Amino acid sequence: MREITYQDAIREALRLAMQRDERVFLLGEDIGLYGGAFGVTLGLLEEFGPERVRDTPISELTITGTAVGAALIGMRPVLEYMFMDFSSLGMEQLVNQAAKIHFMLGDQLSVPMVVRAPAGSGTGAAAQHSQSLEAWFAHIPGLKVVMPSTPYDAKGLLLASIEDPNPVFFVEHKLLYRLKGEVPEEYYTIPLGHADVKREGRDVTIIATSLMVHRALNAAARLAEEGIEAEVVDPRTLKPLDDETLIASATKTGKVVIVYEAYKTGGIGAEIAARLVESEAFDYLDAPIIRLGGLDAPIPYNRTLEHHAVPQEETILDAVRRVVKGKV
Amino acid sequence: MTDLVKTRTVESAGALSREAKIEMLRKMWLIRAFEEKAEELYALGKVHGTMHLSIGQEASAVGAVAALRPDDYMLSTHRGHGHCLAKGAEPRRMMAEFLGKVTGYCRGRGGSMHIADVNSGNLGANGVVAGGVPIAVGVGLGIQMQRSDRVVLCFFGDGAVHEGAFHEALNLASLWRLPVIFLCENNQYAMSLATTRALAVPQIAQHAASYAMPGSQVDGNDVLVVYEATSQALQRARGGEGPSLIEAVTYRWRGHSKSDRQLYRSREEIEAWKAKDPIQRFTQRLETEGTLQKGEASRLEAAARKAIEEAVLFAEESPEPTLEEILQGVYA
Repeated sequence: MREITYQDAIREALRLAMQRDERVFLLGEDIGLYGGAFGVTLGLLEEFGPERVRDTPISELTITGTAVGAALIGMRPVLEYMFMDFSSLGMEQLVNQAAKIHFMLGDQLSVPMVVRAPAGSGTGAAAQHSQSLEAWFAHIPGLKVVMPSTPYDAKGLLLASIEDPNPVFFVEHKLLYRLKGEVPEEYYTIPLGHADVKREGRDVTIIATSLMVHRALNAAARLAEEGIEAEVVDPRTLKPLDDETLIASATKTGKVVIVYEAYKTGGIGAEIAARLVESEAFDYLDAPIIRLGGLDAPIPYNRTLEHHAVPQEETILDAVRRVVKGKV
Repeated sequence: MTDLVKTRTVESAGALSREAKIEMLRKMWLIRAFEEKAEELYALGKVHGTMHLSIGQEASAVGAVAALRPDDYMLSTHRGHGHCLAKGAEPRRMMAEFLGKVTGYCRGRGGSMHIADVNSGNLGANGVVAGGVPIAVGVGLGIQMQRSDRVVLCFFGDGAVHEGAFHEALNLASLWRLPVIFLCENNQYAMSLATTRALAVPQIAQHAASYAMPGSQVDGNDVLVVYEATSQALQRARGGEGPSLIEAVTYRWRGHSKSDRQLYRSREEIEAWKAKDPIQRFTQRLETEGTLQKGEASRLEAAARKAIEEAVLFAEESPEPTLEEILQGVYA
């Protein structure tokens, strides 16, 4: 199969959705001629024109509300935040409006919108352009949260998100944009709420999200040389979370390491760990569940400090070895 | 430049039929009767949450909505009972919502602050100050992209002008020439804070100049003046010329909500505004011009109060939602 990058896969999903459904349109800052801060929407303005690929002023609160309002009357807006950090400026519309409208107004209206945003550190952009804030949104009933790690997943999950009748926060990772992988050319969807076992193994389960999936897979390859077979599970959708797959893997291996880039405290790893110990997997656990999250500090600018602020392959290797050897 | 209209000669309102004017008065009485009854039910402990009454502000709700077509959209506020009734919501389903019943517009999940009625184009009241203002931009954009000639009327209060959302939204709606009418009901207090203590430019209509749209300040207690201003804005919006800002100056007779001890304004001020009762003013006008015969107004009031009694009966006899409802409807 042909290989394309993660960002090409996202662009292809947007293009296919817009070709298929004239209600779908894009809005965001510098997404037109500029192609978005990371080039994800490059070329779409030429293909679909300025009405459906709309450059907006730097008004995150109002462009979020604009997506909500358009969705209310039957459009299918896909909004891009230039950085996930700036979701804080749109929070009122996401949390108090988009997430609540269907429930609060007695099922009379729904809000089929997608918000895309690049998250993550590693680019030297420091504290206000590097955060992974997905747990904020997973906390809110009424929102769905999707966080793909591969080009294949990115395309299929984005198309499913656009089809979904609810507001979906689609979290991309800046360091994944250039990653290549096999992606079918046709339209396909991956249902939300289904985890994917990225590597099978019997000794330990590594549950990882987004960029961390790749660090976990790299770690797993090295662990295999030491005779440790790690299973790597990617939830792919944080809300709804696929408890069944996560519990089944934890039950099988009895040892769990959870890896996520966001600040460790209150991150999605805390939720996953809690769900596992509340489940039947508890009886099968041979060791404490380890959470590897980002340090509880703003992302620093300095290259070395930034590197050490979030989990790396070595961090995962160390944690898995300790868990497998019963040293925790 | 901003066009400060003040109270002036009514033009298109002059073309209103007798029936249309009487319907406006009927709606105003329906709102007044509804809210007085809601307040009574609250005092009896039958309403679980708080409520924000618009008694004294009926003219801005009815005058603005009367200018719309039935298929035009509307967004309302936390003080939105009047808007919803004016747009066509059924009093019985609103009252059922107040009592938390499953027959209410929101199945008992929303209460007084969240009445929506999709069938009448009412896309929802909003519990967040300025919450609906950016949403109106999106509704306007949707209308424009769907090549429809509908318009969205967005109500908000003077408090919304404190919010950044107001300024961002007016900018974007004007930039994209969207069919939005921004209708500010300036009742002069955002909870306890007077407009003069909150806004460097307390003449709200003047803010329109910053966003290159017409702004008019009108007597919000004169239903025909509000109708006229809204009609002009509608004509502009339907003609693809973009949004307008209308500031309807009015006054709420009651406190902000049920917790208000009214320490921030005087009894004299409240009484002075009660003397400008929009219902009495409109009644006198209609009687003077001969549209209404003596006694007709009191029959309209009586009919409104009877309709509200029936609404209460419906609400009280309606079932409570089941516990399963808590997790239903979170997702579409």
